[in-house]
Amino acid sequence: MATKEDVFSKVRTALVDALGVDEDEVTPQARLVGDLGAESIDFLDIVFRLEKAFDIKIPRGELFPEDILTNAEYVQNGRVTAHGLEQLKARMPFADLTAFSANPAVQDFGNLLTVEDMCRYVESKVGVA
Amino acid sequence: MRWFWIDRFRQFESGRRAVAVKNISLAEEHLHDHFPGAPVMPNTLIIEGLAQTGGLLVAEHGGFEERVILAKIAKARFHFPAVPGDTLEYRTTIDDIQKDGAIVSGTSSVGDRLQGEVQLFFAHLNDASIAESLFDPANLLAMLQLLGVFKVGRDPQGGPLTVPKSLLNGSQPH
Repeated sequence: MATKEDVFSKVRTALVDALGVDEDEVTPQARLVGDLGAESIDFLDIVFRLEKAFDIKIPRGELFPEDILTNAEYVQNGRVTAHGLEQLKARMPFADLTAFSANPAVQDFGNLLTVEDMCRYVESKVGVA
Repeated sequence: MRWFWIDRFRQFESGRRAVAVKNISLAEEHLHDHFPGAPVMPNTLIIEGLAQTGGLLVAEHGGFEERVILAKIAKARFHFPAVPGDTLEYRTTIDDIQKDGAIVSGTSSVGDRLQGEVQLFFAHLNDASIAESLFDPANLLAMLQLLGVFKVGRDPQGGPLTVPKSLLNGSQPH
């Protein structure tokens, strides 16, 4: 079984390779979009690399549930509704949505995910010692 | 002007790897602007050649039914400039391929000297309306034949590569 350090190390390698950032930029608190400059296509690239590094399958939309953000049922006037936030919390137990919930503008959603969130997501898939 | 940045395939192993060559010639107009008096093959066009070498490999794996586009250059590193008279050999290998995309590694060499290294990410274009105007089966087949894909191509079992039905009947797949 992997340790948290193993998971972080492999996630860091995936992000360094996918985003062309330096290893020391990939801190647990770094935000994928805001700090590491990830763009939408990078998320698919990162998913490919994580799948290979950890020998796991990542269902599309699980790490980044875009379908909720494009669903009129969950978004009104550019903001995620209370119902939508519940859906996001259920789908993203690995992410801390506290700050986003206070001001849930869809445009800010992409800037939510941190390296730590991604590690927690992988840990939920591989199990950690 | 046609957007061919490789001249011919030397090897084409379905789903695995491909080797293509690009001969750089002073007859290429663009070299006289890049740069006046000092012609250098732009590395961006070397990346395009590598993307054509690898992209056709990815597209063939899907029977040419997916619209494969270069979505991202994850890595590109060049070691020296390529100049007229050089023959660039592009080698590409599929690292990972799935139904929504592929990661391809590639190198560019002049003789036994490594000129460049790239890692490319290909995705599939979902918008059929754009895809239709960009990918015409007859043009695609003509291009593949011109580049010698079916002369050197091998299927996953090692047999000769055959022209996929989706391109033969001349109609749009999907």
